[in-house]
Amino acid sequence: MKTLKIQELSKNFGTTEVLRKINLEIDEGNFLVLLGPSGCGKSTLLNIIAGLETINEGNVFIDDYNVSKVEPKDRNIAMVFQSYALYPSMNVSENMIFGLKQAKVSKEKIEEQLQKVSKFLQVDALLERKPSQLSGGQRQRVAIGRALVREPRIFLFDEPLSNLDAKLRVEMRREIKKLHQQLKTTVVYVTHDQTEAMSLGTNIAIMNHGVIQQNDTPENIYNKPSNTFVADFIGSPSMNLIKGNLKQSSNQISFVANGSNFEIPINGYDFIEKSNLENKEVFFGIRPEHIFSKKSNEGNFEINLRADLSEYIGHEQIMTFDYENQEVLAKFPSTIKIELSKNTKLFFDLTQISLFDAKTEERI
Amino acid sequence: MFLRWFLYFVLILFALYFIFPLYVMIVTSLKTMEEIRQGTLLTWPSGLNFDSWAVAWGGRGYGAGDTFLKPYFWNSIKMVVPAVFFSTFIGAMTGYVLTKWRFKGDQWVFLFLLFGCFIPFQAILLPMARTLGVLGISNSVIGLVLVHTVYGIPFTTLFFRNYYVSVPTELVKAARIDGAGFFKIFFKILLPISAPIIVVTVIWQFTQIWNDFLFGSTFSFGEAAPIQVALNNMVLSSTSVKEYNVDMASAIIAGVPTLIVYVLAGKYFIRGLTSGAVKG
Repeated sequence: MKTLKIQELSKNFGTTEVLRKINLEIDEGNFLVLLGPSGCGKSTLLNIIAGLETINEGNVFIDDYNVSKVEPKDRNIAMVFQSYALYPSMNVSENMIFGLKQAKVSKEKIEEQLQKVSKFLQVDALLERKPSQLSGGQRQRVAIGRALVREPRIFLFDEPLSNLDAKLRVEMRREIKKLHQQLKTTVVYVTHDQTEAMSLGTNIAIMNHGVIQQNDTPENIYNKPSNTFVADFIGSPSMNLIKGNLKQSSNQISFVANGSNFEIPINGYDFIEKSNLENKEVFFGIRPEHIFSKKSNEGNFEINLRADLSEYIGHEQIMTFDYENQEVLAKFPSTIKIELSKNTKLFFDLTQISLFDAKTEERI
Repeated sequence: MFLRWFLYFVLILFALYFIFPLYVMIVTSLKTMEEIRQGTLLTWPSGLNFDSWAVAWGGRGYGAGDTFLKPYFWNSIKMVVPAVFFSTFIGAMTGYVLTKWRFKGDQWVFLFLLFGCFIPFQAILLPMARTLGVLGISNSVIGLVLVHTVYGIPFTTLFFRNYYVSVPTELVKAARIDGAGFFKIFFKILLPISAPIIVVTVIWQFTQIWNDFLFGSTFSFGEAAPIQVALNNMVLSSTSVKEYNVDMASAIIAGVPTLIVYVLAGKYFIRGLTSGAVKG
């Protein structure tokens, strides 16, 4: 039994297609992050799960029960919003128990839930206050409390940390992670912040133009992006995608960058499909953090590139190199001195590379 | 320093300019006809003489032809209270629907409502008179309540819509997940935070309806007339001598309720008008 299952879901606003044939499953207790640039449809998808938006095609199942036409209040979900959406005229405790009151839960049960949750979230001293008298972090906590008291099957978070300042955001991120570890409730979490997604999710679904590009663990998303969009979206700076061709000759596969006269051997690469590789146009993907200035392991490939630009950002520096008129970025500790406009010896870690078909932009 | 004094000078000048007519009205209303004939406009009255006020409010006590404000004042109250209530309430509801329960073509509905703000009311006098006739409520306070409610709705809707646009829609979403329905969300969540805009709307509507002469004089006459129409009749139909002191007292009485509403709710009025215009 899947806690949440989305089947062939499509949604359009007028003639604009927002979501196209979405399929998604979440196991009990997992933390799924929907990640993507703005306008990719992730918030619409969350609203559909909540029942706040209608569906054009497809179905949503919660605990194998088709809820596609069920009212939000009957879906056994709770949602935390970006603007917190606390009812301004009610104090903290009224805010937290509003849902239970609507559901006609008994007074004793409401009181018990309120005590438990407010202690748990350390807002028990604030129960009489109005939302306007709370700080950003406190409001966020009350909003989470309002979701918690209902003991839902699924928590839905819609960019809950975007309104907080940088320091508080990191704090609240840790708290949400702790909360999930303690409660083990299934979570669907929408964000456009990749750090948030990576650190919180047990699964990340990366979306673009209403399509799920890749739904995988954070490790696989980072190490084995399934297409150039994911490769480019995750990581900062993003993965270098060097254009070139593959060469295949008797058990020896290598990559030649456009305009380059030497081959990079890639025998160790784990191809999905090993046929038709000869002369294939590809993108050779390597992350800036996998380019070194000193040899790190046997899989390293030595290469000489001209340094063009240096960006110092404190604990590290980002260097831009020229590889036959293609830019290659690398990340080094800021202690290393590299002279500009001169050829520098670099080492590519070939165990960490990704290859994409230049036409389909899919991983090969 | 000079600039500051100049500023005060100009401000005081303007203040005098606006206070002067009021001064003349009050002073004149406290004089006897004898004093008015002998003194000038600005002469201070010989004493606090409220006789003309009593005449304006309650009449002289002789039978036919004596027009005084008291019954018409109550007519106006009976008209203005329900008309303000209904137009404000309906405007709030409409504004709520237009912002939080968007539907296909809602912009068109809003646009047509806005036309109501721009149509000169003279243009609808005839069709409205016919409508009231068909409904059987012409020349009645109820008829005036209907007219003022209907023609208030474009303005009240505009006010509430613009106010609710700045209220995050996530509030409504959260309430829907919490299990509240259409009316519960309106009464429990939106209405409690609408105080500033309610005050603005009430002041606006009260002033409009209380001071209205056009609808009042067209759709009512005789005993059903509101105070502004009665005031007009009183001043214009005096038989022999013009009783300036009674006229002034009557005019002040007719204007006092709007003044009271402004004084009581004025600071909310300014606050409400500017809220939403500037965020933060």
